[in-house]
Amino acid sequence: MTVKRFKALGLLCLILPTIGWPIAAGARDKSYGLEPRRIAADTYVFEGAREHFTSANGGNILNSGFIATGDGVIVVQSGPSRRYGEEMRAAIGKVTRRPIARVFVSNLHPDYFLGSQAFADAPIAALPGTIDGIRSDGRAVTENMYRLLGDWMRGTDAGPPTEPVLGATVVQGGHRLRLMPLAGHTAADLAIFDETTGVLFAGGLVFSDRAPTTPHADIARWLLSLDELEALDIAVLVPNHGTIRTDEAAIGQTRDYLTWLDATLRASAEAGLDMNEVMAIEIPERFSVLSVLREEFTRSVAHLYPKIEQSVLPRVN
Amino acid sequence: MGRLDVPRFGVRRFCGAMLAVMIGAADPAGATETDPFRSVMWDDMRALVLGDAPFRFDDRVKVTAPASAEDALNVPVAVDATALGAVERIAVFADMNPIPRILDYRPIAARPTIALRLKLQQATAIRAAALTPDGVWHVGGVFVDAAGGGCTSPALAHGDPTWERHLGEVQARAWPAVQASAEGQSKSTRLRLRVRHPMDTGLAPGIPAFFIETLVVRDGDGRELARIDSHEPVSENPVFTVEVTPPADGRALLVTGRDNNGTEIRASVPLAWRQSSLETSTR
Repeated sequence: MTVKRFKALGLLCLILPTIGWPIAAGARDKSYGLEPRRIAADTYVFEGAREHFTSANGGNILNSGFIATGDGVIVVQSGPSRRYGEEMRAAIGKVTRRPIARVFVSNLHPDYFLGSQAFADAPIAALPGTIDGIRSDGRAVTENMYRLLGDWMRGTDAGPPTEPVLGATVVQGGHRLRLMPLAGHTAADLAIFDETTGVLFAGGLVFSDRAPTTPHADIARWLLSLDELEALDIAVLVPNHGTIRTDEAAIGQTRDYLTWLDATLRASAEAGLDMNEVMAIEIPERFSVLSVLREEFTRSVAHLYPKIEQSVLPRVN
Repeated sequence: MGRLDVPRFGVRRFCGAMLAVMIGAADPAGATETDPFRSVMWDDMRALVLGDAPFRFDDRVKVTAPASAEDALNVPVAVDATALGAVERIAVFADMNPIPRILDYRPIAARPTIALRLKLQQATAIRAAALTPDGVWHVGGVFVDAAGGGCTSPALAHGDPTWERHLGEVQARAWPAVQASAEGQSKSTRLRLRVRHPMDTGLAPGIPAFFIETLVVRDGDGRELARIDSHEPVSENPVFTVEVTPPADGRALLVTGRDNNGTEIRASVPLAWRQSSLETSTR
């Protein structure tokens, strides 16, 4: 008995250092390497990769940002994980010593809100539709992020935003912020337009050189929201995914792709194509500038085709 | 012809199996080929779906699906075995599903191709085995990654108090289809149909298995063109695409079927391009 236990202990001593050490080292090495880039007065972004969520990028595929106003910091999107939120907060601390005034979350997708634990001492604001969506789907979404990203997600919980906001213009430390309650990318999409600097944080409504994602999309409503954004006098446009630009071209690019997507799916259903045939359709050359194009198109067929298909199959009994 | 097919088929399969056993003593067909997916479940799948019949892994059976299942409740899968020529049956199954068998298709007067959507419980090889008249199964497949949970989730229908009122409703439409091949052109009729049904697997807590067992596509005279024997993993409100070859003067297809509770399904699908605007379908 005793001998056996000693043997087991000895074995453990041999095994533990060899397996334990690399895991611990891996966790220590993980860093998003967030570097704030100044895009306008008081306004900074953290630019993410134009990729899918992978264990290599840790879910850093978004452009989060902050406005260091004279009366506290406004944070826009908290990122895909607790670790991201913490690193973001540390990076903000190197730019300004002012406290975090408020965090805005634009929609219910995981990379917009899963870093919120790092800002638990500030109000986390979102549209009521976003809060409802995170309450019902947040846990499942978070579990899938753990599956996709693994250790990057350690300690991340899906806490819903704490403060519902409606459409309004608020003044914060010398910045006039127009909160725009829009929809179409999801059921509730918050765009934030800083009238003082002309910076638009477009959230998920605008994609720039990156194919739009559609898991909760209503394309007709989305196109109406793009009309509203296009009417703004934009100096810098920050899409949640893709290239930050100093013009409105990304709005037109998003509109062009969504219009083509909708028309293509409808024509395919009308022609009697099955889902896998639609997924294999040739995508026009002009969209080749969009990254992850084929992957997102394939996902969009899965999201949108069943409903469109139903509309072309008449009742026969 | 449809009437004669059933007994003849049985005899042929028996002979095929016997032949395989006789030859197989030295070199069983397919035994030298290894599973391209190296699935730990392959031996069980073979026993369950193919039994002792001879088989080979064969790229001519094309199984198409997205590499990753965006929605584990509705994974689109298309099977095309037309490269084999004549095919008597197509069995679709998924190795790692708690209920592996998905459907059995008999393209009696139809092209050996079928598309459907299915539920996946986890990442798995999805396979189609096509039986040729010589009694050999040709097995193709595709690997699909999935977050999973498709088979143990309750059907969405159970969130809708009126679902029973819509049970067995059929939406369908037919299109003329032309296939170009080395031998020239051939014509068929593409049928896409959707049936309202929860397709309960019996694996969601408190909900017994409740699913469509059979759908038969017939011509206007009642002759069987194609037969789908479906199992629990077919998606809720199933959507099927098949290509049948009804007689040239046919003006409608008839769809009949039943679920495991005995609910009858019955619908008529007009072949609109064969009907003048003044005539109605043969309901």
